Formats: sequence, C-alpha cells, structure tokens
Amino acid sequence: MEKNPMRRQLAIMRQALFDQGYLDEQFIQLEELQDDANPNFVEEVVTSYYRDSARLILKIEQALERKPFDFNKLDGYMHQFKGSSSSIGAKKVKAESTLFREHCNSGNGEGCVRAFQQLKQEYATLKKKLEAYFQLARQAGPMETACRPK
Amino acid sequence: MNSSSGKGSMSTASSSAAWKAGDAVPEQFPAGLRVLVVDDDQTCLMILEKMLRTCLYEVTKCNRAEIALSMLRENKNGFDIVISDVHMPDMDGFKLLEHIGLEMDLPVIMMSADDGKHVVMKGVTHGACDYLIKPVRMEALKNIWQHVVRKWKDEWKDFEQSGSVEEGDRQQKQSEDADYSSSANEGNWKSSKKRKDDEDEAEERDDTSTLKKPRVVWSVELHQQFVAAVNQLGIDKAVPKKILELMNVPGLTRENVASHLQKYRLYLKRLSGVSQHQSNPNNSFISPEEAAFGPLSSLNGLDLQTLAATGQLPAQSLATLQAAGLGRSTAKSSIPMPLVDQRNIFSFENPKLRFGEGQQQHMNNNKQINLFHGIPTTMEPKQLASLHHTAQSIGNINMQVTSHGAQSFQNNSLLMPMAQPQSRGQVLNNSTVGHAPTLPSSMGQPILSNGVAVNVSPRNGIPENIRAPGYNPVSQTSSILNFPMNTASELPGNSFTLGSTPGISGLTSKGAFQEDVNSEMKGLGEFLSSYDTFNDLNQHKPQNWEIQYVGMTYDASQHSNSLQDNLDLMQSVLVQQGFSSGQVNGQNRSAAVVRKAMFSAGDSTEHVNAQNVNQHLNSLVENTIRVKSERVADASAANLFPNHFGQEDLMSALLKQEGILPAENEFDFDGYSMDDIQE
Repeated sequence: MEKNPMRRQLAIMRQALFDQGYLDEQFIQLEELQDDANPNFVEEVVTSYYRDSARLILKIEQALERKPFDFNKLDGYMHQFKGSSSSIGAKKVKAESTLFREHCNSGNGEGCVRAFQQLKQEYATLKKKLEAYFQLARQAGPMETACRPK
Repeated sequence: MNSSSGKGSMSTASSSAAWKAGDAVPEQFPAGLRVLVVDDDQTCLMILEKMLRTCLYEVTKCNRAEIALSMLRENKNGFDIVISDVHMPDMDGFKLLEHIGLEMDLPVIMMSADDGKHVVMKGVTHGACDYLIKPVRMEALKNIWQHVVRKWKDEWKDFEQSGSVEEGDRQQKQSEDADYSSSANEGNWKSSKKRKDDEDEAEERDDTSTLKKPRVVWSVELHQQFVAAVNQLGIDKAVPKKILELMNVPGLTRENVASHLQKYRLYLKRLSGVSQHQSNPNNSFISPEEAAFGPLSSLNGLDLQTLAATGQLPAQSLATLQAAGLGRSTAKSSIPMPLVDQRNIFSFENPKLRFGEGQQQHMNNNKQINLFHGIPTTMEPKQLASLHHTAQSIGNINMQVTSHGAQSFQNNSLLMPMAQPQSRGQVLNNSTVGHAPTLPSSMGQPILSNGVAVNVSPRNGIPENIRAPGYNPVSQTSSILNFPMNTASELPGNSFTLGSTPGISGLTSKGAFQEDVNSEMKGLGEFLSSYDTFNDLNQHKPQNWEIQYVGMTYDASQHSNSLQDNLDLMQSVLVQQGFSSGQVNGQNRSAAVVRKAMFSAGDSTEHVNAQNVNQHLNSLVENTIRVKSERVADASAANLFPNHFGQEDLMSALLKQEGILPAENEFDFDGYSMDDIQE
C-alpha cells in the first residue's frame, strides 16, 4: 500500500475501476507500457480514444436518426468502436457494444437504440471516472507500477 | 545465419537475408525488426506502436492502407513484417494483404476485433502468416519475429532444395547463393525467396493443412507425368485425386496435385488458341544459361530451377513453370495472385522455359523462322552468341519478357534480340520467328501495330523494338522469346519473351528479330522497348526497374551507350525496361519511343498488362540479371513487380508468351491468341 495518502487514494480509485468492471486487463497492458520515456502514456491513449470515439458516436447517432436503419453500416461503426474501446480496456463500454451489434445482426432497431443509449451512458461514466483518476495521478506523482486486480 | 549480422544488420534490408541463411539468429534479434503497422484506429495504432517499441522493434505506423502500400513500394526492403487491421475505410485489409504478398512478399499479420472463424479463415487463405484478435496483447507481439525468420528459413530451404533438384545447378546455385548472400543480392534473393516461400506457405495454407509440407518441386519429369495423367483423364475430368493415383508418385499429396492442377488449368486457358509449336530442346544454348538460371530459378521457385537446369525447357516445362508460377500466386491468396509472385515465377520460369523452348524451337523450326523479314531463321547459335554477349543481359531480360520467345529460347543465347534492339521494331518479326507465323506476328504485331511502328524499319529503326525480343524466328516457333539465351548466364531465364504479357506479347514477338542474330537482338530490343512502354505505363518507380534490370543494366548500361548498335539498342531497350526510368530513358530514347507507341497503341488494359508484363519482365529480367545485378541489392524480385497486377494479367502475359512459343508443349496451344496481344 502506498504510504503517500494521495497515492493510496489513487490506488484505491484504480482498484475500484477494476472491481466495478469499468476496466479490464487491457488497461493494465497500457499501464505496463508506461515508463519513464512515456510517463503519461495511459492518459495519452485514453485521451486519444475519447477524441476518436466521439466521432464514431456521432456517426452512429446520425445513422440512428435515418430510418430505416442501415444495420450493416451501424454494425460497421460499432465494430470499430468496439475495437477501440477494447484496446483501452473499457470493459462495460465494450459489453454494450457487443450487445448493440447483436441487435444489429438480428435487425432489432429498437434493441439497437436502447443498447446505444446504455452505451453512451457507460461511455460518459467511464470518461468522468478516468478523468478524475488521471487528475489525481498527476497530482500524486509517479504511480506505482501496474498491479493486477485481485 | 551469420552471426556477424548483428543488430545493426537487422535494421538493414540485407540483415534479414544475411542471417536468414543460417540457422543461428544473431543475439540481438529480434530487436530491430522493422515493423509496419497499419490501422485506421489511432488509439490502437498508438498502443501497438508502444508495444512494439517495447519489444525493441523498429516501428512505423500508418493509418491508411494506401499510404502503407506506397511506403512499402518505395522502400522495398525497408520492412521485415507488416501488421494490418482487417477493417479499414480506404482499403480492405485483405486486399492490402494480397498486395503486399504479391509485390513485396513480406509476412503479414492480420488483426481485428473480429474473432469469427470466417474472418480468421479468410486471413489464412489470403496468405496472412498470423491473425491476432484485438485487443492485442504485448505477449502476442513479442513473438511476431518468428514469422520473419520462418519465411527466411523457408526461402533458404527452398532455395537450397530447388538447388538440389538440379544437380547441375547445384554448383551454380552455390555460387549464386553466395552471390545472394552478398548484401547486394540479399534483398532480392530474400524477397524472391520470401515470395516463393510465402506462396508456398500460402499454398499450403490453402490446402488447409496445418502441417508445413515439404515443398514439392515440379520438375519437368514430374510435370510430364502430371500432364500425362491429366490428358489421360481428360482435362475436364481430371481431378487431383485421380491424377495423384495415376501419377503414382510417392510423397506427392493430393494438395500438391490440386494446386498444380490449378496452375495448369490457368496455363491451358492461356494457351488456348495458341498454336502449338514444336520445339526441340536445345541444350546447347541453354547450358550457359542454365548456370545462370540455376540460381535464378531457385529464386523463383523450384520449377525454374528445374527448367534452368535442363536448359531446354520443353514446352511442358514451361507449362509447369507457369503453372507453378500461377499456382503460387493463387496460393497466395484467393484473390488474383499477386502479380509479383506470378511475375517472378513466370519470369524465372519463363526464361527458362523459353530457354528450352526457344532452343528447341530454334532447332526444330529453323525454317519456320523465316517469318521475319529476311531474317535468317536459322539463327545460328554463334550468331546469337555474339549477340547475346552484348545482349546477354538484355537477352536475359528479353527472354523473360518475351516469354513468347520462350520457345525460341533455344536460340536464346543466340537470339538475343538485344542485338538489334532498335531496329527490330518489327515486332512482327517475332511472328516470323515463331513457328506459328500467326503467332509471332500477332504477338509482335499487336504491339508494334499499336503504336509503334512495328515495322518501322525492320529492325533498325525501331528503337522501340517493340519487337519484343523476339528471337530470331530461328526458334521457329514463336521464338518470340528469342532471347538470345546468352550463354552468359545472363539470359538465364530471360528467354522469356515477355510476350506473355498481353500488352507486351505483341512486343515480345520478339521473335521478330529473327532476321539474324541481330534480329534477335533487336527482338530483345523490342522487347525491351515493350518493356519500356510498360514502364511508361507503369510509371515504374525507377527503383523497381532498376532492380529488375539490374542485370540488364549491367550489360545494358554498358551497351546502352552505343545505342546505335543494334545490340545496344536492344540492350538499351531492355535496359529501359528494366532499368530505372532514369537510366533507361537516357539510353533508350528510341526504345522509349517505341514503347510509347506501344502504349498508346494498346488500350489501357494493354497497358496494364504491359505493366504487368513489364513487371513480370522486370522480375524476370531481374532474375536473370540477378546474377549480375549484385548491385541491385534491392532488386528483390518482389520489387520487380511494383505494381500489383492482376493475376490474370500476369498469367495471360506469361501464358501468352508461352503460348507463342512453338514447341512440343503438351499444352497444345495452337498459336498465340492474339487476343492478348491487343493493341
């Protein structure tokens, strides 16, 4: 356990993200890539993710406004989105993407819309949590090395 | 592996080649492995780059497939392995995979968030050497170097294996290997080997066999057995299983036969319409070439070697080669075979075949050769020899280019159209050369007629040599290929008169030169010209051409100085074709003209073919030249085909060439299908 209170808080926050299913193993992979040469690597990646995926979210939203739904297109966007989300370890977001794609495959427009709403919510929640996390991390100084969730 | 090639060498293009040969991997390896990552997702790209850098690889990231492809083309030996996403907006990942396989023969790893069986299978069939599911973990990336090594080893093994197939070539190969080991050749050899290997692997993958089967060398004899079995069953009813049974060759698997059959079928398709030419194997000319070919062939693949070794590739061999070439390509991916591969294969093979063919042709149909205007059909070897000394380099190239002339390869050495590159303009001569008068003419003609004044001045003037190296008709049969099979190993394989390429085929009518040795040379020149045209069309990057014609350049460059000389002309023509535009242009002004004419003559498709052919030719030339093109380190066969030609084009080009060659091909082609020759 970190002696530094801030660091300790950070560790707790981090652990909670894993425990609550917001992040998965892939996030640890990112943490392991962080080193002295790239001390803010994880944050950079997450920032990049939110920037790129925002565009995708918009595209999907627009596609959902056109009836009838172009499920192929929607699936395509979601596939991309899913890949991106999984690469940063966004577990819940990824799960919602999968659900959305399932609805696409079965042509369930309603299901798609619902799943998308859920997805956006998870997406926003994770964003807030990670922002808080990184903010604390910057304040707390160099993080402890990544450790696997228990 | 040469332990001497350490980390430093790893970064260089030749590094991999260097230690590819051996079994030991340098200590530093896989550090420094040059990876190109392609993914439209910036986040993934960022992560992958970091992961790969952590593995101590040299990473280049790219978010557009088109950019990645041009990067690879510009720097053929700049990367060791490519990792690409499957779903990309500007180009399908599998398409990119094909392109890379065809043109560069690099190992490609596909990745996707999609882990469905179907997609993974697609990766396998398209020739990906691995498939990673996103999100990609570090562990998965750590071992990607194995694919690079495996490719090298396989290529090396193939190289050696093919060598063993031809005892005669063995020595040659050894020396060739040595050559190849040299940094200059490494790139080429490696690429070609890689390509070969990749194809082979792809083939095996296609066969859905998980085990890596030992590469089967379709030797002439084996191929003859195969063809006999097919004929016995009837081409329509010939199924791999039955063929296998009839052949009764121990160790041969159904998959081997199946893939070979596929190639063979394609070959036949091309030949349909081509008159069959009788050609007698003529070893005399080929021998010197064989040596040269030997090494080259190995590059191409097994068949070439075989052919090369035998020198006289009978039509069958040619077919085999083609089939092999074709097969390889197909194996690579379900999509049209990478032109590169094909080209290479054909190039090697063709030259060889042509060589044999040509020779045979030559011998057999001397009389027929009179197709050329006044060209002495009987190209005496000596004549050719003289020609091909100069033209050797060119001849080789021509040979290849004028695969048509393959048949006329016999005269290859003699035929070196190179001698009269320019004057040959008469591609038509080719027609005369080939036993199938119609063919050569068609072959050559189309090209010439296209724009080039085919007959500009028979033989002399036509700098453009549209004539495609048509060797002297001497080879009787479509010696279009008449590449003078320069004894000087230069020709090895060159004999292919690229005629095969549809566009080029016309040119390759190379046979046209048949008038005499000079004619042949001209033919080469023509060929070269045709190549040049293609070059123009293709906008080949200088490097490509350079590489390809490295060999040519060697000889050609020297000759190119004296454009006046027919030979030089030819060479220059050849050079033009193969040489970087810079080089070539300077020298083959005339050739360029011809080529241009040719291009204009042909329709766009022609051009494409031409390009393909050129590519092919280039590769062919390359191959033959390889021996000489030490310099062209980058000339890797892969580089030869900068452009991605459709398999069809390549095949047609090759086949056309083949078809043109009169010979005893078992393939019964009746003559060149002029269709390909389109203007």
